[in-house]
Amino acid sequence: MPATQTAESAYNFAYLDEQTKRMIRRAILKGVAVPGYQVPFASREMPMPYGWGTGGVQVTAACLVPEDRLKVIDQGADDTTNAVSIRKFFERTAGVAVTTATSEATIIQTRHRIPEEALTEAQILVYQVPIPEPMRFLEPRETETRKMHELEEYGLMHVKLYEDIARHGEIATSYAYPVKAAGRYVMDPSPIPKFDNPKLGQNAALQLFGAGREQRIYALPPYTDAVSLDFDDHPFVASKAMHDCDLCGSDTSYQDEVITDDQGSRMFVCSDTDFCAGRRARGLFGRLGVPDAEGGA
Amino acid sequence: MTTASRSMAVEDDAPLLSVRGLTRRYGARIGCADVSFDLFPGEVLGIVGESGSGKSTLLACLAGHLTPDDGQIHYLSNDGPCDTRTLSETTRRRLMRTEWAYVHQNPRDGLRMGVSAGGNVGERLMAVGARHYGQIRTAAEDWLERVEISAGRIDDRPSAFSGGMQQRLQIARNLVTGPRLVFMDEPTGGLDVSVQARLLDLLRGLVRQMGLSAIIVTHDLAVVRLLADRLMVMKDGRVVEQGLTDQVLDDPQHAYTQLLVSSVLQV
Repeated sequence: MPATQTAESAYNFAYLDEQTKRMIRRAILKGVAVPGYQVPFASREMPMPYGWGTGGVQVTAACLVPEDRLKVIDQGADDTTNAVSIRKFFERTAGVAVTTATSEATIIQTRHRIPEEALTEAQILVYQVPIPEPMRFLEPRETETRKMHELEEYGLMHVKLYEDIARHGEIATSYAYPVKAAGRYVMDPSPIPKFDNPKLGQNAALQLFGAGREQRIYALPPYTDAVSLDFDDHPFVASKAMHDCDLCGSDTSYQDEVITDDQGSRMFVCSDTDFCAGRRARGLFGRLGVPDAEGGA
Repeated sequence: MTTASRSMAVEDDAPLLSVRGLTRRYGARIGCADVSFDLFPGEVLGIVGESGSGKSTLLACLAGHLTPDDGQIHYLSNDGPCDTRTLSETTRRRLMRTEWAYVHQNPRDGLRMGVSAGGNVGERLMAVGARHYGQIRTAAEDWLERVEISAGRIDDRPSAFSGGMQQRLQIARNLVTGPRLVFMDEPTGGLDVSVQARLLDLLRGLVRQMGLSAIIVTHDLAVVRLLADRLMVMKDGRVVEQGLTDQVLDDPQHAYTQLLVSSVLQV
């Protein structure tokens, strides 16, 4: 078996054995051929708990080549436990170069965000997906939801949005907002904020979605339509906090709200740490930003 | 729809549903055997019989929930006649949510309990492509009024409704897309008599008003007396007697029908 020599030679390149990678690549190819369709695959036991990105890690492992440069983000940040662990995992098992800069990465594994910076055709974005079935909470039977996908019966998705408007006066679904891929399959874009939904469609990068526990892979090929579902009189709105980033001053990026004391003080910071740091490096500062401030406040 | 003209000209019209030799077996035993009848537009057919006589099996076969082992079911859809047994699943499911409706005995089977009343009524509209929230909501309010549920309860979940209200909500949910053929499986089962009476009154009104054709399965002779134009009596999976409701109930011919009629408690 043509195992490339890696930092930890006890493992095959990128942890998974070649047969498993082959199986996953087949699922990915099928997913790319049928955008939004959930392809079943034989998810492997990974050395991390379900819910920590086992699906994303397997897809990344199957896509990695030794020349790749990997970036891992969790809620947009490169420095959270999950992101750091997965990055280290591939550094050890694949020996690939890693980066935190969006523009330098060739593969970006992400949890809950799409980077602010526009992606290119040379990049692959891998999502970690907890629940791939967009209709799961409306129709618990998998046999039934498969049938609904097969026959394109998506009225139920609008029932969910109807319920939102009836209860909250607007579509209150703010993350994992369902989209229709290439005019056919309704898919769950993983729990990204709906602010990121417009970036799903017509994106230059290949977008792959891996759900480890649910054993599903799906994909959005480059330059594919992904339309957020809505009503004629309640159109889709990509919402975000109405604030500028307190560190870099950006008013276009998606922000996290951070509570800073028990007196009600709070600050808003870009969730994409690389984007925020990049702006500060270029001398752009927000309300609380100082030149040598470390990201994350 | 041509409600009045339909019921006036029943004889001239082709049957809406034409069933011949319908058989469904459960292994060696029969569910229903050799059932044949015609249902004309605007007509209500009652099916009575004791528990286990095959009425629900028959209804499930007609509505496409079960696959019959033998026989033909011809349905005259808006797009022309079709055989529901050979219909593609896509077309059959489309029929099910546009031209057909199915009222379950237990409203919990027919409603989405986690979704508000308005969402329940609106689901069929959205399933056939309605994408305007305001219009869906107006239609839902209108239908709730028609089944005597106050519009103020449109955002309540069915779990907050009484049994009778749940059943009326289920009826609203089914009729909102203006179906032509309604299947009802014991629509009044499990309701107390005063609530039953109101529901029957409502159903009778809606059926006449919308010119619906309906097949009602029940073991309650009072229900068919009020609603059905024609009656079919089943025993052991076979039809033992059929005819006009009043005729069958007032002058039963078959021994079993006589037993059934004489078993009704008189208060």
